[in-house]
Amino acid sequence: MRIQNHPILDFKKGKKVSFTFDGSRFEGYEGEPIAAALHAAGVKVLSHSRQHKRPRGFWCAIGNCSSCNMQVDGVPNVRTCVEPLREGMVVQIQQGKGEVGGAPDG
Amino acid sequence: MDKTEVLVIGSGPAGLKGALGAAEQGAKVTLVERDPFLGGQLVKQTHMFFGSKEQYASERGFKIAEKLTAAVEEHSAIRVLKEAAALGYYDDGVVTLELKGRVLPVSFNTMIMATGAQENTLMFPNCDLPGIYGAGAVQTLMNVYGVLPGKRVAMLGAGNIGVIVSYQLLQAGVEVPAIIEAAPDIGAYHVHASKVRRMGVPIYTSHTVVSAHGKDFLEKITVAELSDSWQPVPGTERELDVDVLCIAVGLTPLTEILFQAGCEMAYIPELGGHVPRRSAVLETSVPNIFVAGDVSGIEEASAAMVEGTIAGLKAALNLGYGRDSYEEKIAAAHRELASLRKGPTGEKIRSGLDHLEQAGEVRQ
Ligand SMILES: Cc1cc2nc3c(=O)[nH]c(=O)nc-3n(C[C@H](O)[C@H](O)[C@H](O)COP(=O)(O)OP(=O)(O)OC[C@H]3O[C@@H](n4cnc5c(N)ncnc54)[C@H](O)[C@@H]3O)c2cc1C
Repeated sequence: MRIQNHPILDFKKGKKVSFTFDGSRFEGYEGEPIAAALHAAGVKVLSHSRQHKRPRGFWCAIGNCSSCNMQVDGVPNVRTCVEPLREGMVVQIQQGKGEVGGAPDG
Repeated sequence: MDKTEVLVIGSGPAGLKGALGAAEQGAKVTLVERDPFLGGQLVKQTHMFFGSKEQYASERGFKIAEKLTAAVEEHSAIRVLKEAAALGYYDDGVVTLELKGRVLPVSFNTMIMATGAQENTLMFPNCDLPGIYGAGAVQTLMNVYGVLPGKRVAMLGAGNIGVIVSYQLLQAGVEVPAIIEAAPDIGAYHVHASKVRRMGVPIYTSHTVVSAHGKDFLEKITVAELSDSWQPVPGTERELDVDVLCIAVGLTPLTEILFQAGCEMAYIPELGGHVPRRSAVLETSVPNIFVAGDVSGIEEASAAMVEGTIAGLKAALNLGYGRDSYEEKIAAAHRELASLRKGPTGEKIRSGLDHLEQAGEVRQ
């Protein structure tokens, strides 16, 4: 859900882009954080805890807490709350810790 | 290896003023910020600020950020690096930055750390469910990116941040069924608290969240009253249907790099946790490393700006710049700080600073 009218703020948005999340197509605005675009589309679960596989969402929104780490274009542990969205990104829920230089599909 | 005279890490009010303070004395400054924009916390503050005229009182926070950012970007002696996160400090006095996916080592003569703070969490069953977010995070989502956090949002914490973010949620069209505060009193300034109460939001003092419920994300919270000894009173539990719970229970300074650099630290609860010991002009126990703003103790943007100026002036002086005007400018800044910290609202910070001083003189 996006704010349509705000009494004080005007939101400068980038151009509309499309990306995929776990295989489905989504839309967002270029340059906004990936997690913001997902949240606007109603996606709240961004990762799972390592041991107990508990669902994890966004928490700090400043790239500190790692709760929103996802695999983006094959790169694991991308902090999606600060990583700008671009056309055609492939965003996936990460399995495990991820591997540096691992295969694109993880 | 990249070289600079004054390296400023973080571009909130403290870092922006630190960069300007040093550059105006003649030093060459590099300002690094991990976000794609400058301004730190200020960019999401839609309310009018308190403080004195020097610190832009009665202007909205994001407008202050716009003004300071413009001044920094126009200054020919300040180089700005955005999307550049400081990663660590090395023994040979080098800081590494992550810039566009690469590591850039930077050596410097003096450094001002102005990294701000991060939000505290709170433990209760299911406190990790998606939908439970830091209040600052919700503010970022809503005021910077225009995305609504949810439909019904409860706030935990009635300090300034909790109450102001509740007001901003209402402005964005979100329902706020309750503000919950464990202490018997509201911590926020009364103007802010009265404003949300007038809009029909109850503030439950001596209450807390005892548990959260939901499968994949938050659906409900259980709230209970607290006894005088801060224990939940059995039988007072009630449930509240919410899809978001904002946690606004304080901040902790982001001090990792200061620890790494070997700055002497002290644990001062009133200042938010571990903070660096420093001189009156904000130089830490490691010569030429300065601090300013929330990283030196959780306070306000107004004080962060003055601290930034002080650190900037002294960082430049250590390089030999601005000898003529130094004493006069520092004295004026110290007077401003003292006036910001006077009265009942400055009590906590004054007591924290006293405790820090009792830890002894800063050795260098
Ligand atoms: C809801 C709310 C309302 C507030 N209202 C008021 C008010 O009315 N009046 C007032 O005076 N104050 C107010 N404040 C407080 C004020 O915003 C903060 O005290 C102030 O922003 C602190 O400034 P700072 O420069 O120390 O840190 P910040 O503003 O937090 O800036 C720190 C900057 O450093 C960057 N950074 C951190 N680590 C690194 C790194 N490793 N590398 C590169 N960059 C890094 C961050 O991205 C950030 O931009 C409010 C705060 C909140 C949350």
